[in-house]
Amino acid sequence: MHELSITQSIVEICEQNSQGRRVLSVTLELGQLSGIVPDSVEFCFEACTKGTLLEGARLIISSIPPMGVCRDCGVEFPVTAYYDSCPSCGGFTVELLHGEELRVKELEVE
Amino acid sequence: MCTTCGCSPEEHHHDHGDGHHQHDHEHKHEHGPGTGAEGKKISIETDILARNNRLAANNRALFTAHGVFVLNLVSSPGSGKTTLLEKTLRDMAGKASSAVIEGDQQTDNDAVRIAATGVPVRQINTGAGCHLDAHMVGHAALEFDLDNLDLLLIENVGNLVCPASFDLGENHKVVVLSVTEGEDKPLKYPHMFHAANVMLLNKIDLLPHLDFDVAKCREMARRVNPGIIIFEVSAKTGAGMDDWYGWLGERIKGRG
Repeated sequence: MHELSITQSIVEICEQNSQGRRVLSVTLELGQLSGIVPDSVEFCFEACTKGTLLEGARLIISSIPPMGVCRDCGVEFPVTAYYDSCPSCGGFTVELLHGEELRVKELEVE
Repeated sequence: MCTTCGCSPEEHHHDHGDGHHQHDHEHKHEHGPGTGAEGKKISIETDILARNNRLAANNRALFTAHGVFVLNLVSSPGSGKTTLLEKTLRDMAGKASSAVIEGDQQTDNDAVRIAATGVPVRQINTGAGCHLDAHMVGHAALEFDLDNLDLLLIENVGNLVCPASFDLGENHKVVVLSVTEGEDKPLKYPHMFHAANVMLLNKIDLLPHLDFDVAKCREMARRVNPGIIIFEVSAKTGAGMDDWYGWLGERIKGRG
């Protein structure tokens, strides 16, 4: 359940950036290979925001599908897991271009 | 206040600014019909792990400055990490000056076992926490005489999931997989095997009693991480350990 410490970090980042105002919504970008389960973050969010400037804020999670490029043949393709092989040449040397994001993108404050 | 990371004993969440930029776009924004709420958007674009990553970078700089080679050992509970450490420390004694940071949710049982090898050890209890983070390791590391240290081994909390996301400032992650666990672990827990540079396949002395397919396991690990270095070892009998020590010795010499 490292989503708990991840969510605590999200709250910390938001409080530092909210200019002391109450936060209405938080937008996150979570890559589908970030190792973070959006449902768990949502579950932790309510508990972690209690008594903070984020209490009652809406959590908006933008899920980013992974894209990779094959280092052998250069083909770009959507990746679903770290063990996907290149659909063109079958190679496993795949470099991820997107999909590991773990980012607070935006806040909406009062 | 702590001079390393700026934390105070009461307040561990404190930092301001992780190199991110911040700019405001003031615009009005309706929240559905009739709410009338006016929001101001603040663009943040900050990595959620920025604080941990910054502290890990500090740790890495500290270790490099003192010439300490650092490994972060990760695995599921019961893979034999502590036995492997005990054996490694006893066999490397005289070749390298070592220290250990032990991470567990509770108890100092592992630290007691490591201390019996004569190597300095610090136990971190994470309580409910499922992983070590760079902040905990940074504080524990300062308790060692880093100038006279060649090798720091960090035994992470037994967990094949969460420790994959937290950089501690190590040179390499070493994942330990025992042959009693099933050969498809690299596919079931791909994040960890993707993040590690080395895999120690432990308890190979038990292979005659199991259906574990070593070749299949190696293939699955390489699918997740084509560059992973694999050693087949038994910390109990010592089989294969010389190859692991050879790699370790080379890396300590080159410190990386």
